[in-house]
Parts: sequence; structure tokens; C-alpha cells
Amino acid sequence: MAYLVPLFPLIGFLLNGVFRNSLSKGLVGIIGCGAVLASFVVSVILFLDVRAGGALAVQPLYPFIHVANFKIDFVFQVDQLSSLFLLIITGIGFLIHLYSTSYMHDETNDHFARYFSYLNLFVFSMLLLVLGANYVIMFIGWEGVGLCSYLLIGYWFKNTDYNKAANKAFIMNRIGDAGFLLGIFWLLSKLGTANYTDVFANVSNLTPTDITGITLLLFIGAMGKSAQIPLYTWLPDAMAGPTPVSALIHAATMVTAGIYMVARSNALYSLSPIAENLVAVIGIATALFAATIAIKQNDIKKVLAYSTVSQLGYMFLGLGVGAYTGSVFHVMTHAFFKALLFLGAGSVIHALHHEQDMRNMGGLKKYMPVTHWTFLIACIAIAGIPPFSGFFSKDEILAAAYAKNPVYWVLGVIGAGMTAFYMFRLYATTFLGQFRGTEEQKHHLHESPAAITIPLIILALLAFGGGFFNVPAIFGGGQQLHHYLSPVLTAEHEHEIAHSTELMLMGVSVGVALLAAIIALTKYARKPELNEPEGLGKVLANKWYIDELYDNVIVNPLLALGGFFKNVIEKSGIDGFVNGVGGFIQYSSRRLRLVQNGKVGTYILLMIFSILILWLAFWYQATITGFFQKIF
Amino acid sequence: MIALLLILIPVIGGLINLFIKNESSAKAFSLIVSLIVLAVALGGIYTSQADLLHFDISWMPDLGSRITLELDGLSKILSLLTAVSMPVILIAVYKDHYPDAGKFFGLMLLCQAGMLGVFLSMDALLFYFFWELALIPAYFICSIWGGEKRIQVTFKFFVYTFVGSLLMLVAIIFVYFHTPDHSFALKSFYNAHLTAAQTQWMFWLFFIALAIKMPVFPFHTWQPDTYEQSPTAFTMVLSGVMVKMGLFGVIRWLLPMFPQAASSNSSIIVTLTVIGMLYASLIAIKQDDMKRLIAYSSIAHVGLMCAALFAKQQAGIEGVFIQMFNHGINIIGLWIVVDVIEKQLGTRKFSELGGLAQKAPTLAILFVVMCLANVALPLTNAFVGEFLMFSGLFNYSPVMAGTAIICIILAAAYTLNMIRKVFYGNTVASTEHAHDSSFNVNAALVVLVILVIVFGFYPQPMIDLTRETVQLFITKIS
Amino acid sequence: MPIQYYIILAAALFCIGVTGVLIRRNAIIIFMCVELMLNSVNLLLVAFSKMHYAISSANNKGTAAITTGTDAQLFVFFIMVVAAAEVSVGLAIIVMMYRNVHSTDVNFLNRLKN
Repeated sequence: MAYLVPLFPLIGFLLNGVFRNSLSKGLVGIIGCGAVLASFVVSVILFLDVRAGGALAVQPLYPFIHVANFKIDFVFQVDQLSSLFLLIITGIGFLIHLYSTSYMHDETNDHFARYFSYLNLFVFSMLLLVLGANYVIMFIGWEGVGLCSYLLIGYWFKNTDYNKAANKAFIMNRIGDAGFLLGIFWLLSKLGTANYTDVFANVSNLTPTDITGITLLLFIGAMGKSAQIPLYTWLPDAMAGPTPVSALIHAATMVTAGIYMVARSNALYSLSPIAENLVAVIGIATALFAATIAIKQNDIKKVLAYSTVSQLGYMFLGLGVGAYTGSVFHVMTHAFFKALLFLGAGSVIHALHHEQDMRNMGGLKKYMPVTHWTFLIACIAIAGIPPFSGFFSKDEILAAAYAKNPVYWVLGVIGAGMTAFYMFRLYATTFLGQFRGTEEQKHHLHESPAAITIPLIILALLAFGGGFFNVPAIFGGGQQLHHYLSPVLTAEHEHEIAHSTELMLMGVSVGVALLAAIIALTKYARKPELNEPEGLGKVLANKWYIDELYDNVIVNPLLALGGFFKNVIEKSGIDGFVNGVGGFIQYSSRRLRLVQNGKVGTYILLMIFSILILWLAFWYQATITGFFQKIF
Repeated sequence: MIALLLILIPVIGGLINLFIKNESSAKAFSLIVSLIVLAVALGGIYTSQADLLHFDISWMPDLGSRITLELDGLSKILSLLTAVSMPVILIAVYKDHYPDAGKFFGLMLLCQAGMLGVFLSMDALLFYFFWELALIPAYFICSIWGGEKRIQVTFKFFVYTFVGSLLMLVAIIFVYFHTPDHSFALKSFYNAHLTAAQTQWMFWLFFIALAIKMPVFPFHTWQPDTYEQSPTAFTMVLSGVMVKMGLFGVIRWLLPMFPQAASSNSSIIVTLTVIGMLYASLIAIKQDDMKRLIAYSSIAHVGLMCAALFAKQQAGIEGVFIQMFNHGINIIGLWIVVDVIEKQLGTRKFSELGGLAQKAPTLAILFVVMCLANVALPLTNAFVGEFLMFSGLFNYSPVMAGTAIICIILAAAYTLNMIRKVFYGNTVASTEHAHDSSFNVNAALVVLVILVIVFGFYPQPMIDLTRETVQLFITKIS
Repeated sequence: MPIQYYIILAAALFCIGVTGVLIRRNAIIIFMCVELMLNSVNLLLVAFSKMHYAISSANNKGTAAITTGTDAQLFVFFIMVVAAAEVSVGLAIIVMMYRNVHSTDVNFLNRLKN
């Protein structure tokens, strides 16, 4: 039955893709949304089945690559982890499909169908990614989602900048993918299998070096997909795509694939302290770094993008300190509130006719009430203020980080403060104060239609209540998610800190977040930041000049090397040599040709000389043979 | 019998075609001949009667040379490639005008016959004979129907390949004199008595000959020029099928003949090919011409196949076997699109193209799929081959695999740039009045796209087809 | 008379002939020099033939000589006949050449070039 889940979106993709010129928009929308809704229904059934203790379903579909050294099947695995991700992907995916029917309504018929076919293809790939029962199938989905991300970022393909952003996303992801592939090869060469069950059962056959190597290589893949330092710069640029795409791919689902992969491989990661520490360090570094950039961005989507990078950093911190459930939990709550934020931003952008600069917004509270309230809920959730969902998941990660190393916790709380600050800066600048756009825009300001607001409301409910799926023991909660996931996340470290300490930590982080939120609100509600920043602010607004750094340190030298190869080595070197040989022969032939001057006398003279030489050679035959024998 | 038919049909068809004056009947005739060849090749793959796959009669008994043809896993997959690609190419160029079409398509068929002969012959002299037979039409086609610089470039092509052929001929004759029974038969060649030093010499003579054909860095510079200047229909044959002759030679002749020398030199060759892959990929990034870009991309891909062969890991070799087919399919698809663009708009330069996706959406979709196959995206055929090859290479040397895998990143960079610059963005002067591709082009591309996707989803039949041959090959070379 | 004298004379004649062919440009003179070379060879033929006869008759006293010493003279006549034929053809060519280019200078005829 598991194969039905990806099958529906695949059919949707094919229908919408092949008949994109003949289907009406309504039909395209029904096919696109219906496919994902069907998957969602199946996913719910699967989830309930797994929850009820159904047998771990590993379903081989057909042999994919069977060679002598290893056998890779096209096989799906429905267990606690994948069924949870199925729900997130298809559930949020459906809401975003629904939202898109309205958001993308201005597109022409065939492009509308193209959009939905890409979106369905994305859902298909993402489902492959989480359903696969071995790393190769995961990799197939992994690259598939990268492709869809590329296609959707470059959806408006007339715009060269968007296309460049799409290329950047794909290429940066490919860097990670290369690492991922090498990790798979390492596994295959040591264990001869890539199936999760077989790999985790045979971990003891691997040396510590192998485990560290494999986990680090896999983590490179996660860095690319989940936009961690140093491979994060594609994600903010990926905001070139339509906003629902940003919500679905670049916030809720695809970018969390790295978390999924590390969580899935917890049996490996927990055996390699080096890898765990690296994951944690990269995670917290990214969380802080991206948060600093987010503070000074003025593009509403860019703020959310850096916020996503930062939140992903928290999830990796959680993975690195062994709080796998916490990270998966945060994936879930983040999917709710970040999708909500993006969709809310999309609603705003839609209302303002593709205006994305916050400095030209303001005061939208009174024009767009539904968007405003849902957005506010999402802001509170992401800021980590109880009892909204973000509080529970972030707190679980932070508590585990404290248990591992208090420094992580301190940095994490600083990051949480920054998160609250930039989110409420965004909220205040956009929704509070006076409207700063043109009269034309003001005239058209209106609340978005139901196809947009309904997903917002559903997501707002989830963003508010999502935390109650895993209430920590300290509040008398049952930690349902923790128990649910425990069969797959066997390697989880139990963080042992006293309840009083935990309460204190919570208090501090909530206090910091509240303080930051209040500062941001008071500072920006009246007087938004409209001037160009200076000093450090300018550096932050320019994203620490990392893009320029990459261009100058990696891209340009490589291009220069390519140019050197092309123009110097290829032309003058190899071709020069080859043509030189040819040229030499031509030159010498031209010289030699002069001997043939057409005068019989010369020919006779040469003949006579040749006869003389032959005669001499004959005479001194013995000497000459001796000479040659000596040489060879 | 099938083996003989595979060669005889295109020879006879090609010879007849040379004398057909009428352009449309020449095209139709050659298409029919190529379809018959395809049918025969499919028959060869599906037949259960093993005796149909062999053919053996005396040829030059005094020299110990026989006409021995055989269809094993390797030749099956390559003859399938040759047989599939020819009708696809002919369909794709069906509406193009060629002066002296009868001769052009006749030579194409003769070339096909030569290549099939190379893949089928189990006798060194016969192999050499067909090797040259495949090249002769190539020279004529390039020098008569080629681009502006055709004479110069054909000369270069000729010199390169001829040097290679001569080296190989020398080696064949030398080994022949050291065979136990003075015979050109493949088995005798495998058992030739050579001293270690002689083996080294012969290995390198053979290797250089084959390396020029593949081509492997630094013997590759004929390739971009020749691809650029030959008529595109022939470029497809050249890059899709003919360069596989080099890899085929390595598998059928070089490695089993000199397993020791191959092992002792493998580190040099693998390093060289990996350097060549990076080198070609970096050059491809800087290209401004679609044909040259694809040519360099092909050098990188062939380099990987060569590296995987010399790494001598079973998975890698299985990958090479199927990748030879897949690469042929993919690159022909790319050339078809390039040909359409060049014929319609008169340019292949990125700087003069752009926004074609608005004018030619069908072509754009098909091209993007072929490009994705070129970057070996999962669920396209090339992924399976590259996955296996890289995993073989990784078993051989993780460092080499780690270096070589940079190429998949670079491949994404140049391929996507090509898509972006040609198809995306706004239209420019040259593409303002472009129109979508015609029916025959779409048909040819759709066939290829179906192959790409089917073998991407379900590659196992192809792996099974070559399994036994790979097993034999592995036992021979280890 | 020792054989060396004949050889030296023949070699001298031959060299004169060769030199003449090489350095003269007049076709008729070249032609004559060719004849001179031919005749030097004739002279050698006759001389060696005679020598062989003398040696063999000295070695086989009383018995019949293997050669009579005149076979070479036959050859020489033969050669002279052929040479006469050659001369007639050659002179005809020279006459034709003169008619065409009004010169007997062989360097004028360098069309073999290129």
C-alpha cells in the first residue's frame, strides 16, 4: 500500500505535464490537489497502522540495480519516522497546493499546469526520499527534490536572475550530493548493502574510521540540502521561486531532508563523536550566523529564508547533541509555523502585487485581518513563547544541548533571542504602523480569497497546538512523539538534567525571547527602519559578503582555470604540439620538395651519390652492423 | 547467422544507397535498411538459439585468420546501440537537405556496417579490417559535407586516428607472431607468449590507439573540432557510437590480452583519465558553443568509463557496459537538439541565443530531459551507469573517486548553464521568430526520452543482458 | 697486357661520360656522353671475356676450353645494335625538342618540377 503514496503525485505530474495545453485551470487544480490529498489519506491510514503497532512494512517493488557486489531494490519502508514525515509532506503539501490554486491564478493555462506538475513531481520525489528503505532510493528522491527545486525556482524562466538562482541551488545541492554519493559508496564497499536495516544491523563490522568517514560524507549531503554552512547561500536566493514553493520546498519539507537523513542514520552518527560534534557545531554556527543576517534584511522572503536556515541550524544542533526526537519534533513544528509564515508573506505579496520590500508595507493589520492574525501566531510560535508549538520543540533541543555542553545552550539562547527580534521586526514593519506603499496599491488592498486563507487558518491552528504532540515530562506531558519514535531513534541520548534546572533554562530562554520581541515591537512599530544601514548593519545587510567571497575564492578561480585550460593548454599545448608535428612535416616537405627541381641532371647526380653511399655501406657492412648491435 | 546479417545488411544497403540519385528515396531507403538492422539486432537479443549468434568461416587460412563473428553480452549491447541510434538519427534529420543524399546516407550505412563489424568480430585481423572500414566513410563524410574548416579538421582527425590505427596494426602483427598457433583468433591472442617487456610495449601501443579513439586526455583534441565541423547527423554517429569502439577495444582486446600490464599501469591510466575528466569539465564550463560544450562533456563522461574499466572492479565494469549504451542514447539526443537549433537559427553560440523555451516549449522539455540524463540525475539511465562506475572506482581508490566526483558538480554547472543560456531568459534577435521543432525531430527525441526514462527506472534487464560476459571478463582479467 | 689497364681505361671513359652527362646542358653532347659510358662498358665486357678465356685455357691444359673468348663480343655487337636503335629514337626526340623549344638545352625542359 505504501507505493500508492508516491504513485498519486506521479500520476498527477504526468497528467498535468502531458496535457498541460488542453486542461482547464480548474481541472489542473483538481488533479494537482487531488493527487496530494489522496496521498495524504493513504498516509494517514499508514500512520494509524504504524501507530497501532502494525508490523514494520518493508515493501520491495522490483529489483533496481542487482550486480555481483551488491543488490539494490526499489523498496519502501514505512516505519515511525517515515510515516510521520509522510503526514507532514502530504498534509502541508496539500494545503500549499490548495493555496497555489489561488496564488498562481494569474498564470496562463499551460504555465499553471506546468506549475502543478512540478509541484506534484516534487511531492513524488520527497515521498521517495522518506519512503525509501535504502540510501540509494533516498538519494533518488534527494536529487529529485533538488531537480524540482531547480525547476520551481526558475519557474519564471524569462527572468535571468531567477534562472541563475535556480542554477545556484542545483549546483550547491550537487556539491552535497557528491558527498552523499561517496558516503553510499563507502557503505557499499564495506558492507555491500545500503538497506537501512542491514546497515544498522551490521554497524559492528565497521571500523570507527569508516563510521566517521561515512557519517561525515553523508553530512556533506545534508549540509547541501538543508542549507548549512558552508553550503547555505543557495537557499535565500531560492526565494526567486513562487512563494508557495518557498513555503513547501524551501521551508517545510525539502530542506528538512538533511535532518531526516541524519535522524534516519542515528545508529551511525551516535557511534562517531567526531561527526556528532561537527553536526552540532555546524548547526549552532549556522543558527547564529543566519540569524544575524536575517536581522538586517528588508525583503520579506529573505528574512524568512535566513530564518529557515537558522532554524535548520537548531535542528542540526539537536541532532548533534543526540536529541533526535527533539529535532524531528522541531522539523514538524517548524513545518507548521514556517509554512504559515511563508504563506502569510505570500498573501501579503499577492495583495501588494508582487511587492516584497517590507519598507513599502506597513499597517496591513487593518486591511488583512486573517493574514495578520495567523502571521502573528506564527511569529509567536517561532519565537518560542509558550504554549505555542515552537516553544516545546526548541526547548527540547536547548535542554539537550545544555546537557551536552552549556556553551551550546548559551549560544542557542542568543540565537533564540535574535529569532524573536527579527521575526517581530518583520511583523512590526509589515503589519503595524502606517501603510507606506503607493496609493494604487492601497486602493487594491484586500484580504486574500478563501483558497489562501483556509490553509492559513489550518496552519495557524497547527502552529499554535503542534507543541502538544510532545509535551515534556516536566509539564506532566506524555512525550507521545518521543515514545512513538523510540523504535527508530534507538540511539537517542537521554539527557539527564534536573527538573529545576530545566525550568530555569526555559525561563531564561523564554525571557530572552520575550525581551527581544518587545524591543523589536517598540522599536519598529512606530519608526520602521527605512534608511540604508551603515557599519556592521551594512555588512549584515550584505550577508557578510559571503556570496562575493565564494565568487572570488572558488567560482572565479575555477573559471579562470577553465579558461586557462581552454585557451592555453588546449590551444597552445596539446593542439600546438599536434599541429606542430604536422607543421614540421609540412615545412620539411616544402624544403625537400625543392630537390625535385625537374632537372634531369640533378636527379642523375643524386642517383650517383646514392649509388656511392650504397657501395660504401656494402663495403663497410661489418662495421655498420657491429655499430648497430652495440647500440641496441 | 544473425551476426553475419547485422553486417551484411548495412553493407549491401549502403552500397545500393550510394547509387540512388533521388534525395527522398535515398532517405527512405536508408531508413528502411536501418530499421531492418534494428529488427535483426533485437532478434539477436531475444533469440534463444545460441547457434544463430555465431558465424565462423575460413577467410585467409594461410595467415590463420578466419571470419569469426559472435554476439555476446558486450556485442549485443553495442550492436543494439548502433542499431537503435541509426534509425533515430535518420528520423531526426529526415527533413534536412543534404546534397548528394544518396552518397551521404550510403556512407552512413557503410559506417554502421564497419562499427557493427568491430563489435562482432572475434578475429584480430577482421577487427582491424572493420576498424578501418568504419573510418573511411567518416573521412569522406567529414571532408565533403562538413563545416567551413572541414578540410583542416578532417586532416587532423585523419592523422590522429591513423596514427592510432598504425600503432594498433603494429601491435596486432607483433602479437600475432607470438601466438602459439600463428592465428589471429581472439583466443590465440589471449594466450600469446610475450615477455614482460614486450607485454608492456604492446599494451601501450594498443592503449594509445584506443585512447585516441575514446578519446582520453591528452589524445582528445581531434574530438571537439571534428564534432564541431562534421555534419551533425554524423557527429551523432561519431560520438554516440564510434567513440565506443575505443572502449570496446579495451574490453574485448586490451584488458584480457595484457591483464598484468593493465594492472601495473592502472594507477597511471586512472590518474590520467581522472585528470582528463576534470580538465574537460572545466573547459566545458568556459565554452560558448553548444557543440563544443557537449564534446567536452562527452570527453569527461568517456574518461569516467575508461577509469572505471581500468579500476577493474566488477560493479564498475557492469556500469561501463550499460553506460556505453546510455551515453550513446543521451548524447545523440543532445546533438539532435543542437542540430535543430543550428539549422533553424543559424547559430550555436550562447551569446546569440536565449529564450527559446518561449518559442519552442516542446523542444525545451525534451532538451531538458536529455540534459538531466547528461548530468546523470537519478531515474535517468545515466545515473545507473555512473553510480556503478563511481562505486567501482571508489573500491579501487576512494581518493580517485572523490576527485572524479567533482565532475558531477561541474557537469551540473555547465549543463544547466547551457539550458539557461539557450532556452531561458528573454528572446533575442535570432530567436525572435523561432518555431517549435518539427514532428520527426520530436518523434526521434521522444524515442530517446522513453529509453532514458525506462532504463532509468528499470535498468535491470540491461544489467542482466551483460551479466555473463562481465563474469567471463572479470575472470579473464584477474 | 694486364687486365687493370682495360679496367682503368673503361673506368676513365665511364667517368668522363658521367661527368659529361652531369655538367653539360646540350642534349646532343649528353647523348654522346651516354654513348661513351655504354662503350666503356662494352670495352670491359670484351676485356673480361678475353681474360676468362686466358685463365681457363691456362688451367685446363690440353682439354677443350670452356669459352672461346668471343661470347662477349657477341654481346657487344648486340649492345651496339640496341644502342643504334636508341640513337635513332633519342635523336628523334632531340629533333622534336628542338622544333618545339628551339633549343637543345636540357635545363629548359624542367617540367617534371611540381
